[in-house]
Formats: sequence, C-alpha cells, structure tokens
Amino acid sequence: MIEAKEIDFSLYERNPGELIPLLQLVQRESGFLSDESMKRIARFTGVPLSKVYGVATFYSQFRFKPKGEKHIMMCRGTACHVKGAPRIQQEIENHLGIKEGETSDDMKFSLENVACIGACSLAPVVMVNEDVEAKLSPERIKKLFGKSEKKK
Amino acid sequence: MAEERRITLINYGKIDPESISDYISAGGYKAAEKALSCKPFDIIEEMSKSSLRGRGGAGFSTGLKKKFTSEACTLCEQKYLVCNADEGEPGTFKDRIIMENDPHRLIEGMIIAAYAIGASKAYIYIRGEYYKSIKRLGKAIHDARQEGFLGSNIFGSSFSTDIEIRLGAGSYLCGEELTMLESLEGKRGYPRIKPPFPAGKGLHGFPTLINNVETLATVPVVIEKGADWYTGMGTEDSPGTKIFTISGDIKKPGFYELELGLTLRELIYDFAGGMKEGVDLKAVLIGGAAGTFVDETVLDTPMGFDTLKEKGAVLGSGAVMVLGHNKSIPGMTQSILEFFEHESCGKCVPCRVGMTQLVRLISSVNENGTGHKNILDEMLTEAEFMAKTSLCPLGQSPVLPLKSLKRYFAGHF
Ligand SMILES: Cc1cc2nc3c(=O)[nH]c(=O)nc-3n(C[C@H](O)[C@H](O)[C@H](O)COP(=O)(O)O)c2cc1C
Ligand code: SF4
Ligand code: FES
Repeated sequence: MIEAKEIDFSLYERNPGELIPLLQLVQRESGFLSDESMKRIARFTGVPLSKVYGVATFYSQFRFKPKGEKHIMMCRGTACHVKGAPRIQQEIENHLGIKEGETSDDMKFSLENVACIGACSLAPVVMVNEDVEAKLSPERIKKLFGKSEKKK
Repeated sequence: MAEERRITLINYGKIDPESISDYISAGGYKAAEKALSCKPFDIIEEMSKSSLRGRGGAGFSTGLKKKFTSEACTLCEQKYLVCNADEGEPGTFKDRIIMENDPHRLIEGMIIAAYAIGASKAYIYIRGEYYKSIKRLGKAIHDARQEGFLGSNIFGSSFSTDIEIRLGAGSYLCGEELTMLESLEGKRGYPRIKPPFPAGKGLHGFPTLINNVETLATVPVVIEKGADWYTGMGTEDSPGTKIFTISGDIKKPGFYELELGLTLRELIYDFAGGMKEGVDLKAVLIGGAAGTFVDETVLDTPMGFDTLKEKGAVLGSGAVMVLGHNKSIPGMTQSILEFFEHESCGKCVPCRVGMTQLVRLISSVNENGTGHKNILDEMLTEAEFMAKTSLCPLGQSPVLPLKSLKRYFAGHF
C-alpha cells in the first residue's frame, strides 16, 4: 500500500472525465479513499469536493475506511443464492466475528456483499482480494480463513 | 444430438490468450484488414444482411444500430464506440469467457465496428471485479498497438482509432447504455432520458455506438465468412450462435456456444448433463434477474428472441438457471427483487418506493409460508405501475419475472 499523497497522477488528464479512474487508482494503490486523497482529486480534476464525494458515495465499489488484509466479497447473486449463499454468509460471519460491511479489529479481514461476479457455474463463490474461491462449503471456509479467528 | 458450434469462441482453449502471434496464426486480424479495404457502408450492409442481433439482452439489430450512428452526421468532429463489458446480469458470464480466452477477437471486432461508423476513439467499460479480463485486455491492446492494429493509419489506411479501458465501479445500472455514458463522463450513474438516442447524441454529446462484448466479438467472423454463411446457422428470426451460461441444479454447469433454435431440453440434458442426482426439474430462469421463469412445458420450444416471447419468456443475456424441486419459487423471487431494490438508483419515486413495496410483499409470503391468495396480483399491479412510470428500464424490469410467475407458477404463492 502506498500513501495516497504519493500516488502518481501524471498519466491522467486534468479534467472531470478522469474523476472515476482517479478514485479507482487511489483506492487500488492505498486501499481506500481518505479525506486527504479526495481533496487532492478535487484539486487535480477541478471538480468541486462535494461533487467528488457525491460521485464516490454513489458507487458501491468505493470505500472510505481501510479494508482488511483479506477483503472478502461475498456473492449474493441469484445463482449463488440457489446454491446456498445465505448459509455460507452466516458461516463466514460466525467464523470471523464480523458482519457485512465490517473490518475485523486486527485488520485481517473485511467482508462486503456484492452482486453476481460471473462465476455462477462455480457457485456459491466469494472473491478474496483478486481470487475467486469456488464451490464453498462450511469446511472450505474453515480451510480458507484459518481456525476460528473469532475476536471481536 | 446437437453439437456445440463454436464461432465466437472458436479459439477457446486453442491459443494462448496473451499471445498476439497465436491469434494472428489462427487467422486473426485478417477480417479487420479486409474490412478496412472496403467502404464503411459495405461493412454496415454486410452486418445488416447477417441480421446479427445484439447479445447484451435487448436483441436489437446490430446493422441498423451501426447505420444510425454512421448516418447521424457526416461531418461531426467526433464519434465514439463503446463496448459494454459491464456484465452484471445474474447468471451471465459469457463476456468474461470471451475476454479472458480470446481478447484479440473483441479488439478486432471493435476495430471493424469503429471503422464502419467512423469512430476515432473507443472505450471498453468493464466490470471492476473482472481482474483477469482487465489484465488480458490491457496486454492485448498494448500488443495490438505495437503491431499497428490500433493507433494511426491502421493497416496503412487513412483510418485511425484507439481503445481505452474504463472500469465499472459496482453499479448494475451502469450496464444500461445511457447510464454507462454518464459514468464514462465521470458522473453518478443516473440514467438519461431517451430520446435522444446514443446513435444521435451519446458520449459528450457525440454520436456513439454501444454494443455488447459478445456482439462485437462476433463481428470478425461475419466479415470474414460473409452474412450468407452466418444466416445459415440458427433460425430465421435469430440467426447465428449464442453463448449460453447455465448454472443451478444440473450436473455440468458452464458455458456452451450453440446455434439458436435449440431447445432448453437439449441445453439441459444433452449439454449440461441433466439434473443432479435425485433432483427433479421445477423451474428454469432464463435471462437472469431481468428474465423470466418457465416450467417444463417450455422445454421443447426452440430458443430464439421471438419464439420465446410467444411463451412469455425472454432470451436476454443467455443466462439459464435451473431450479430443482427442492427450491422455493417465492424464495428465488425474493432474491431477485432484493437485487433490484438494491440496484435501484432512487432517482424516481415509482421505482424507489415500488421496489421496497415488492420486497415487503414477497417477504410476507416467505415469512408466513403462503401469502393471501391475491398477493401475486398485488405485486403485478405494483410492477406494472412501475413499468409505466419509471424513468429507466430498471424500473421496468420486475414486471417481466412477475408476469412469468403468474403464467407458470401462480400456485406457488
Ligand atoms: C439495468 C440494465 C443493465 C444492463 N446491463 C447490461 C450489461 O451488463 N451488459 C450489456 O451488454 N448490456 C446490458 N444492458 C443492455 C444495454 O442497455 C444495451 O442494450 C446493450 O449494451 C446493447 O448492446 P447490444 O446491442 O450489442 O446488445 C443492460 C440494460 C439494463 C436496463
Ligand atoms: S427507474 Fe429506478 S433505476 Fe431507473 S432512474 Fe428510476 S429509480 Fe433509478
Ligand atoms: S450469482 Fe454468484 S457468481 Fe453469479
């Protein structure tokens, strides 16, 4: 992870059309969007800060708090639903002691619900950082996330 | 038994997707070279003759759309091509399969389409979670530039165009073409009101052609082998092949490229290995959340855009979800309606309030076992009102699955 203020914007044009790509760049490099980085993007693109927030809060991808080392995206799409996603989510929440939208105190895990991620033939699935974990069962969850990490 | 017919996926598993020389050895970029030696008008004619219908869900004629965009103005300073790679319809993953396994085919299709309409700039708007596709497309675009297939004076012609990748930010609604344009302009993903249509006034106010990945990736083979060859496959109203993605309670979930006109029965039993052991078929959801439920009486209907319509169903994106006898229809319905509620942007009241109301009604069914006997009608009335008064197609979506439930599964509520 790099500090937001050190991220190189030089490949981007200084215009409002670059707003979303810049938000994505900062989130990719530093994990989340801090107040400081939002201000920097506003200055760079010439978009008013309130509008930068308006756009960023509209899209579910953007986060304003740091995420865990392992960021878990739980698919709640229809195909995963058919294959028991609600039960898997329960299992993950119990196992890690966090709920959807939360990050564990030790910053190891964060959990977020997402819509279909196009891996439906492997349902139910989660995405851990950039990897798809397929055909989940309670046993697989224990293997994936280690023995009970429950600490709240 | 019918066989798979890989036209769009012809290179699947046969080439290294990260190697442009593999793609070229397999005959790649020949169609683009051929296209650029023809007049743009001839390309549009050939596409129209092929009757290729958009693979993004709505099934609009690809040739016509190109024609409108091309004719929008002859002297405007800018036109755009946008590839819709925001694949978000639940159950659909055909575009991912294309982009991960044969990214150059999409790029080649985009070069041809851009040339046909005269677009000097093209975007691929792709799901942010499709990490592998993004990486492969990025490399493919870079390599195509090195070879002189993108950039200035492509194939020594006077035509120049380039492609830029833009990542989606987690909004299903941005898959809708006009909303996508808003997002590309750096704004919130609120829909625009039609008309004007993008063919006349699209990105930054300029004529814009928006096509799905599968549509664009099918363009090279149509140009290479001709419209007559293409219309020899599939059915009259829906020629060619379609990539189906099938999931749920079957033995072999996955993707299958098949000639249109095959039946659901063939797809489920010949290709997807049939139902899982000990599970009987109860319902099939075709076309994703914005799709339709059917029962076994539709298993022998040839699948095409119009034949399915007669059965109150849609082909949509080609997603097929198979539900076994142990799955609850109201439970599935709730999952779909909650999805819509979550993705509603809230800009207009009928959709915002209507979605919440629909979820409340379906939850009451699921909590109490069965609802009062008119509950499906009540939901339909609500959804029909939404369809009439909502600003964009998302608000018009719930009526489709609900109507099909009324037709085939009324007894389950
Ligand atoms: C809510 C909504 C979501 C959509 N999502 C997608 C999508 O993910 N991919 C896609 O190609 N088309 C999607 N569409 C359809 C597009 O609006 C548009 O019809 C399509 O991109 C046109 O391409 P085609 O003519 O090649 O099919 C969506 C439509 C709606 C209303
Ligand atoms: S119909 Fe729904 S999604 Fe479309 S603009 Fe209105 S509130 Fe937004
Ligand atoms: S529904 Fe979960 S990956 Fe498609």
